Amino acid sequence: MNALYSLLAVLALVLAGFACGQGAPARMVLATFVPYAAFAALLIGFCWRVARWAFVPVPFHIPVTCGQQKSLVWIRFAKIDNPSTRWGVVSRMAAEILLFRSLFRNNRARLSGGRLILGESASLWLCSLAFHWTLLLIMLRHLRLFLEPVPAFVNALERLDGYFQIGVPPLYFSDVILVSAMTFLLFRRFRDPALRYLSLFSDYFALFLLLAIAVTGILMRYFTRVDILSVKQFALGLAAFRPGASQALSALFLCHLLLVCALAAYLPFSKLMHMSGVFLSPTRNLANNSRSQRHINPWNAPVKTHAYVEWEEEFRDKMQAAGIPLEIENETEDAGNARTN
Amino acid sequence: MPETLVQIELKPPHGDWRDSHVEFRKGSICYSAAPKNLTALGLPNPRAWQPLDKDWKLPPDWKRIILDGMKERLDKYRSFRLFMDICVRCGACADKCHFYLGSSDPKNMPVARAELMRSIYRRYFTLTGRIFGKLAGGRELTEDVIKEWFYYFYQCTECRRCSVFCPYGIDTAEITMMGRELLNLIGCNTNWVLEPAANCFRVGNHLGIQPHGFKDSLDFAADEAAEITGLDFHVPINRKGAEVLFVMPSADYFGTPHYYTLLGYLMLFREIGLDYTVSAYASEGGNFGLFSSHEMMKRLNAKIYEEAKRLGVKWILGGECGHMWRVLHQYMDTMNGPADFLGVPVSPLTGTVFENARSTKMVHICEFTADLIHHGKLKLDPRRNDRWIATYHDSCNPARAMGLLEEPRSILRAVCRNFHEMPENTIREQTFCCGSGAGLGTDENLEMRLRGGFPRANAVKYVKQKHGVNLLTCICAIDKATLPTLLEYWVPGVEVAGVHELVGNALVMTGEKERVADLRGEPFPAEAYAATTANEAGHA
Repeated sequence: MNALYSLLAVLALVLAGFACGQGAPARMVLATFVPYAAFAALLIGFCWRVARWAFVPVPFHIPVTCGQQKSLVWIRFAKIDNPSTRWGVVSRMAAEILLFRSLFRNNRARLSGGRLILGESASLWLCSLAFHWTLLLIMLRHLRLFLEPVPAFVNALERLDGYFQIGVPPLYFSDVILVSAMTFLLFRRFRDPALRYLSLFSDYFALFLLLAIAVTGILMRYFTRVDILSVKQFALGLAAFRPGASQALSALFLCHLLLVCALAAYLPFSKLMHMSGVFLSPTRNLANNSRSQRHINPWNAPVKTHAYVEWEEEFRDKMQAAGIPLEIENETEDAGNARTN
Repeated sequence: MPETLVQIELKPPHGDWRDSHVEFRKGSICYSAAPKNLTALGLPNPRAWQPLDKDWKLPPDWKRIILDGMKERLDKYRSFRLFMDICVRCGACADKCHFYLGSSDPKNMPVARAELMRSIYRRYFTLTGRIFGKLAGGRELTEDVIKEWFYYFYQCTECRRCSVFCPYGIDTAEITMMGRELLNLIGCNTNWVLEPAANCFRVGNHLGIQPHGFKDSLDFAADEAAEITGLDFHVPINRKGAEVLFVMPSADYFGTPHYYTLLGYLMLFREIGLDYTVSAYASEGGNFGLFSSHEMMKRLNAKIYEEAKRLGVKWILGGECGHMWRVLHQYMDTMNGPADFLGVPVSPLTGTVFENARSTKMVHICEFTADLIHHGKLKLDPRRNDRWIATYHDSCNPARAMGLLEEPRSILRAVCRNFHEMPENTIREQTFCCGSGAGLGTDENLEMRLRGGFPRANAVKYVKQKHGVNLLTCICAIDKATLPTLLEYWVPGVEVAGVHELVGNALVMTGEKERVADLRGEPFPAEAYAATTANEAGHA
């Protein structure tokens, strides 16, 4: 049901995009107002969400350690998976963010004949990694539309991406990988009963939306052959705050644009915020040094404790009978001492 | 009940997880906390009730209390707010939970357990949830949700295995801890957690053993150690001016097989002439506050530093215990420090400075002993442990909240000759929980414990069949208390022991009498016996 609703929501966006292509006023709104509104929502929403997290204190030092601690000098410790220094944390976070270290550990549990078998399972890690890296690559490639002259690294990426010169225009491998990886992630949600059980509207919506963006983009590049010059003119205009809605922009392009704007505006309100949240995760971004350096809790409130004195008072007789040393010797003796003094 | 525990099958789940109705069954729940324990700790809503009752007698404004409590915690714990927000439901954690693997209940997937809380968070604390409700993954907070929380947050052992696999490090233990804190606010707690906490608060340890009883237990252990070795033993209690305060979980002086570990400690301390004391006031290393609330954790933990200060010791040594070390390693210094009245721990024999405990001033006994053995300060005869073919179970908290992995292994390699590891993805940071931690180790919960213990037992069974393993060593009091039952059910013929029990067996003490039996009273294997005799003869 969640999958269906989110598919319908994305289809509605696609239709709205095409519809905008038909009438001049709608075109105008979509090309001049919507991108700015969406970008503003992204910027403000993103900062707001990150600030919400950042201003909440980290009261306790709770890293999850995934390797040997640094203790005795003769024991080799896991510098990355159980970092003890700031640099160790930087490498752990880098491994997490650039290589999806934790996901790499993934295995799959299977029960067979009353035995539990934990098998290798790299597909989730591989497809997630492929998806995220190609998405980044594609976004960087899009810079050529917004910048004049086009930076050398963007050109280099483009050459690399179309290295094998298959077809005209050359096929970008990132497009193929992105769509395949996303398709895998989507089918995984449908196929795996446990995941299907868990998946929410937003899980499907994000995937469908990204897929729709990718598909409209691919259609423009390889099939309808969008007028790239007018697109670039439009993009440069947007970047220079001189937006214009040229008649040369196709309905397909406007559809692509609307979907991208929808994604940008939706992002701060969604789980896609994991992209910034991962940096703040206290189980990953703290060094395992809580015994060598004191971690401060800003709201460390006093609590009611059972002080030694009260405790001794309660068990005084029993302690005395058992011969356990007392802090305050028996009162009668004290009184006696006082008198003799 | 254990007889009817069927073959576990991972069945595909049906229905919508947001349906909050839970069938409470005997064998898979812990009973409610007795009102006297709530009163003793000053907790809200003490009353007689049971989870199986229809009416839980919640306070009239329970909903407001929960939502206010959530808001307060969302503003106090970044972990909580972040983990409510960033999960993408990739499902990598799903089959990592021992309770899911053992029960096939889909709500035991860590992601689902967290969603039970997240759905309420979305509905009441996010813009999209307030507007779109169910479509945005929200749901109404009802009494059924509270019951569901109770069921599933007391079906999580806070072992953090799922967090190891999560690409964002989302830690279900954090969510479970928040869930239990919130439930505490309206008086929904379990007796197995609160009675030990109340005892620990008032008397000093979970079992409520009073100072004279504490002394009796230790004197008894000293006598037994004396009988085994022919040497005299004395355990100092509340002795001022000792160099080291030794804190152990109370099970060590009251439970079996913990007790053999205690004998091991005592023999070790005597042999190296450690200037130490134990305390009847801080007679508990474990901290059931961790399973109740952060505040309770701090209240119970405060005793250790207070006592160290009063006794004027230089540093603190801690015994074998799992969650105790979670608190000591990650919380104690922050909560009750700074311990500036103590010195940086230094081993009196080897001169090793424990730099890793520079601030907290508390050293794990495995770190201490591993250092002694590495420097050749102990005379060990590993043949005395030849009747054991041992494996090592990484206890969750020392593994995933400290990274104490090699220290116990290096000890084991020195004190016994037959040691085999379980499969890679069931040990070290990927270790499987015993299924009874975090205050679930009570008998009324036995079925769920057996289910939760299945993945661990399965790995033990593997090494039993492959290498003939007959001993599971570990460094956690809850493991020692609950694994024997679990193994008896799943892998009969494998016993459980603490690492220092094996140290005690292997330790050749200066001037000891001819030892013929191990700490359990079982005769040493013939070869070791012969060797000991030869040694004695040599000395003579």
